[in-house]
Amino acid sequence: MTTSTATSTPILEARGLVKTFGHVVGLAGVDLELHAGEVLAIIGDNGAGKSTLIKCLSGAYTPDAGQILVEGRPVEFHRPDDARRAGIETVYQTLAVSPALDIASNLFLGREQRLPGVRGSVFRMLDKKGMRDRAKQQVEDLGISTLQSMTQAVENLSGGQRQAVAVARAAAFGSKVVILDEPTAALGVRESAQVLQLVRDLRDQGMPVILISHDMPQVFEVADRIQIQRLGRRAAVITPQTHTPQEAVAIMTGAMVVT
Amino acid sequence: MTTEPQDTALVDHPLEVLTDAGLTQPPSPLDRVRTVLHRYPALSPALVLILSMIAFGLLNDRFLSTANLSLVVQQVAVIGALAIGQTLIVLTAGIDLSVGAAMILSTLVAAGVATDHGWPGPLALFAALVIGVATGVINGVLVTRLNLPPFIVTLGTFNVFTAVALLYSDGATTRGIEMPGLLTWTGKSFTVGGAQITYGVVLMILLYVAVAFALSQTSWGRHVYAVGDDSESARLSGIHVTRVILSVYVTAGALFAAAGWILMGRVNAASPNAGVDANLDSITAVVIGGTSLFGGRGALWGSLIGALIVGVFRNGLSLAGYDPLYQTLAVGVLVIVAVSVDQWIRKARA
Repeated sequence: MTTSTATSTPILEARGLVKTFGHVVGLAGVDLELHAGEVLAIIGDNGAGKSTLIKCLSGAYTPDAGQILVEGRPVEFHRPDDARRAGIETVYQTLAVSPALDIASNLFLGREQRLPGVRGSVFRMLDKKGMRDRAKQQVEDLGISTLQSMTQAVENLSGGQRQAVAVARAAAFGSKVVILDEPTAALGVRESAQVLQLVRDLRDQGMPVILISHDMPQVFEVADRIQIQRLGRRAAVITPQTHTPQEAVAIMTGAMVVT
Repeated sequence: MTTEPQDTALVDHPLEVLTDAGLTQPPSPLDRVRTVLHRYPALSPALVLILSMIAFGLLNDRFLSTANLSLVVQQVAVIGALAIGQTLIVLTAGIDLSVGAAMILSTLVAAGVATDHGWPGPLALFAALVIGVATGVINGVLVTRLNLPPFIVTLGTFNVFTAVALLYSDGATTRGIEMPGLLTWTGKSFTVGGAQITYGVVLMILLYVAVAFALSQTSWGRHVYAVGDDSESARLSGIHVTRVILSVYVTAGALFAAAGWILMGRVNAASPNAGVDANLDSITAVVIGGTSLFGGRGALWGSLIGALIVGVFRNGLSLAGYDPLYQTLAVGVLVIVAVSVDQWIRKARA
C-alpha cells in the first residue's frame, strides 16, 4: 500500500446510511470515512445512532439505504461473517470470547488450522502447536505484553487481559479495520490504560481503528479524529487539536452547531 | 506498556491471577485444590473410583478378583456407550432424556426386520443405525430449528420413542437365538490373562477413543466446547452454532444405536423392557464423570469413569450383601454430591 492511495481512498467509507426500525429512525443518512493509520472515535448521546452505525459497518444490520465501501469498492453485508471476510473485525462489548478455552484456541476460534498431510486432511487433526506459536507471534507483533502463556484459559484472565485477547483476535488474520465497541466500559483505571495503549499500538502499525466510547477524556487522549453523532446524523467531525471536550459535548447535545 | 513488572510474572499462575483480579488474600489450600479440579475435570471422579474400589475390596476380598472386575466392566458397557452420546449433548449445555428409548427402538427394529422380514445381520444392523440417526435428527431439529429447550424436547421424544417401540414390537421380546448371530455378537467374549472381555466392551472402548479424539483434536470438538461454553460468543466468532448442535444430536443418535448393539449382546435379546433405567443412568455417569450440566466443561473419559463408579457401587454393595435398594440410594447420593462438587468447582472461575 502506498501513502498516496492510503490518503486519497478511505479504507472504510459509508455514504448516506439510513436505517429505520418501524417509525424509529436509527440513522438518517450518515457518512463516515476511515483512513489508514488513524483512530476515529465515534461519540454521541444515547440514541444518537452510534451502535446502529457500528452494527451496519460490522454486518449485524443491513442498512435500508446508502453505501458501504471498503478500499473504494462497494460491499454489501448481510451477516457479521460478510464484514469479517471483507476485513472488518469488531470487538463487541461482550468480547465474544469462550471462557473455558485457552488464549490460542480463542484467537483461532472459528478458523482453526489443521495439520499438513494425512493427519489434517483425513483425520482432521488440529495443528495445536502451530496455532499456539502463531498466536504467540501475533500477540508479540501487536506488542501485547500482558498475555504470556497461550495455553491459559481465558476465564483465568483479568478484564484487561480478556480485552487484549479479543483485540488480538480482531487485529489478526489480515484484517483491514478494527472496530472497538466501548472497550473500556467494564475496566478499571490501569486496565483501561492498557487497552488505550493497545489502540495506539494498532494505529502505529497502520491498522485503522474505530473506537466507540462514552469516556470523553479517553477519546481526546487517543483519537486522531472524532465523529460526533446527533439524532441519527453526523453532527460534526472534529480533532482533539481544534476543539475542546466541552465543545464536543456542546455539539453532542445540540448547544453548539458546527457548519 | 504501562504494565507493572509483576503482572507479566504472574500470568503463568492462574491462582495468583485470581488474587490479582480482586481477592486480597493469598489462595488457601482449598482454593488450590479447586483450581486443579477445575482444570482437570476427570480428576475427581478418578479419585472417587480408586477410593471406592479400595473400600469395596476391603469389604469383600472377592470384589477385586479379575473375574469380578471384568464382570463390572461388562455390566457397565451399555451405559458407558450411551454416556458417550450423552456427554456430547451435555457439553453443548443440553440434555437427552430419550437415550434409552432411542436405543431400545433401534434394537427392536433390528430384531424386527431380521426375524419378520429375513433381513441379513449386517442389513438389520444398518437399519438400527438409521433409526438411531433418525432419533438424533428429530431431537436435533426440534432443539435447533424450533429453539425448544432440550429437556422438554427429549422428554417428549422419550415418550414418543417408547410408544413407537412398543407399537412396533407389540411389546414382545425377540430372543437371541431367533436373530442373526451378528446382532448378539457383542456378547461373545475372549479371555486375556484370566479376564473375560466381551466384544461389546471392546466396541465401547473403541467408541470412546474415536469420540475423545474428535473432541480433543479436531475443530469440530473445539466448536462443541465453545458452543456449550457461550453460544453467543461462538456465533460471533463465526461458528455455525445450529449446525454444530445438530451434528452433536445426530452423532449421539448413531452412538445410541451402537449402545443398542452392545445391549442385544449383553442381554442376548431385543426387549422393550431392557434398559429402562438407561436414560437416567447415562446422565448419572456423565454428571459423576465431571461434565458440567451447564455445558462447555468436561472430559469424555470422565463419563467412562462415572459409569464405572456406578457399576462399582452397584456390584460392591451387592457383594457386601446389601439390599439392592441401597444401590439405588447410593447412586442417588452420588449424583447430588457430584453436582454439588461441580457447582463448587465452577466458582473457581475468575
